[in-house]
Amino acid sequence: MKYVIIGNSVAATACIEGIRSVDKEGEITVISAENRAAYGRPLISYILLGRISEENADYRPKEFYEKNKVNVMLGRRAVKIDRGKKAVLLEGGGEVFYDKLLVSTGSRPFVPPMDGLDKVKDKFSFMTFDDMKNLGRALSKQKRVLVLGAGLIGLKCVEGIADKVKSVTVVDLAPRILSSVLDEGGSAIVQKFLEEKGVGFILGDSVSGFEENRARLKSGKEIPFDILVLAVGVRPEVSLVKDAGGEVNRGVAVNERMCTSLPDIYAAGDCAEGYDKSVRANRVLAILPNAAFQGRCAGINMAGGEDIFGGGTPLNSLGFFDLHIMTAGVYEGEFIEDISAQNYKKLFIKEGRLVGFIIIGDIKNVGIYTSLVREGTPLDKLDWRIMSKCPLLCAYPAKERDEKLNKGV
Amino acid sequence: MKKIYVKENRCLGCRLCEWECMFANSGLDAMFKLKGKQGEILPRIRVEDNPEDIHFAVNCRHCKQAICVKSCIAGALSKTDEGMVVINKDKCVGCFTCVLVCPYGAIMPAAGGKAAQKCMLCTDNDRGEPNCVKYCPNGAIVFEEREI
Repeated sequence: MKYVIIGNSVAATACIEGIRSVDKEGEITVISAENRAAYGRPLISYILLGRISEENADYRPKEFYEKNKVNVMLGRRAVKIDRGKKAVLLEGGGEVFYDKLLVSTGSRPFVPPMDGLDKVKDKFSFMTFDDMKNLGRALSKQKRVLVLGAGLIGLKCVEGIADKVKSVTVVDLAPRILSSVLDEGGSAIVQKFLEEKGVGFILGDSVSGFEENRARLKSGKEIPFDILVLAVGVRPEVSLVKDAGGEVNRGVAVNERMCTSLPDIYAAGDCAEGYDKSVRANRVLAILPNAAFQGRCAGINMAGGEDIFGGGTPLNSLGFFDLHIMTAGVYEGEFIEDISAQNYKKLFIKEGRLVGFIIIGDIKNVGIYTSLVREGTPLDKLDWRIMSKCPLLCAYPAKERDEKLNKGV
Repeated sequence: MKKIYVKENRCLGCRLCEWECMFANSGLDAMFKLKGKQGEILPRIRVEDNPEDIHFAVNCRHCKQAICVKSCIAGALSKTDEGMVVINKDKCVGCFTCVLVCPYGAIMPAAGGKAAQKCMLCTDNDRGEPNCVKYCPNGAIVFEEREI
């Protein structure tokens, strides 16, 4: 059996592990446009921050590919899936034949058309290891940085570079930061915290045009800068499947086994629209754990095993300096809140279940809340007076405590 | 694999296990020397109490399908061939996704907040067997093979 995987990040790695849990011998080939072994993409800001070394950024131990008998083609870009030949065509020529194919191509940065962008010399995206290296080389204490986008990517970049440059200004069209992750109250707290660290924000505004070292905003403001970081958004990289005639919406459409609409072609990770339990629908849920679960599920099925992706749940664990933010699920229904100078906590309850939360500050045991969201546990099955104050296992009835602490799990 | 289990009918909530855990991982030669060092070293086991005189200790369950391992953004968490969940602190960036996903509250920020920490059954210190189990005066924490 010939397995081919396009892309080499988390879903690809998990797919390799999934295949090998069923088939120890089949031939596995990974086609990677990047020039290095798989790494966790969100690590790039931590490398700039100096939290870990480049050597320690590998997602798996050095011997991973050899041990799993994987042929890795680094620095090769897949440009087409030829379904007739069952082959992946490579940029610059060459083809790789498959029996089962995984498309795990992730996302690409979305850059809206902006007048004069081509005049800006020092501009960077912040998605890949190479992006990080290029940006890192440009940084210095004399440079002023303009970041477009106050989402996860933009702000993690800000954390990574803040103490290495003269100033950082973040511009976003949305009226508040991290608008896809937090509610208004949470956004305000994190914004204030980052402002105290010296980060400037211009919100509810956007760039109307660039000169080489100057951005003009719609409001009329002008911002001089030396380095531009483009973190406006990302789009699922779906073109290979789309061009091959596969069903594509925002992401690649997949079923619960991670099969696309095309025979023998699977998709997983940020490019795929897997099931999201929180909205009871398929959608792109571009978070790393989801890529790991989907990739493994795809791998098992590709190798002839039987696995179902039961659905993901939105999850975010975010740190900015020493401030930690954890969120899960959806912010719907009734909520209870506990807000103090140090902490911000909102629990969202709908139909007697915890459907989401936002916690900033005290992150102790938060996973106990996450499991309530993920499992849709009816809250009348536990002592909610205890649990709503603090995530504790002692809020569960005796029998369930026993299951959790005295059985193999 | 031998794992740690707890008997809540024997636990008084004395928290000696938390101290023994800190001691085992401190490199100190006497437990009293932890005095004044809270914050520099934190326990990897935690005791829960509820108002009905229920107490028990919680540490890593070494889950078969460990969600922390699958969710780790750095590949810092992994499973050994025997089934123990281990953390490589040189690879951990302290994003605490593991804290967000652990259903037991059994992984937590290490002192300093730059990385996570968890129970590795005292294989990563000089004790050789779980110190919390060895010194629980009530036999409320056990280290056993259970095929369940």
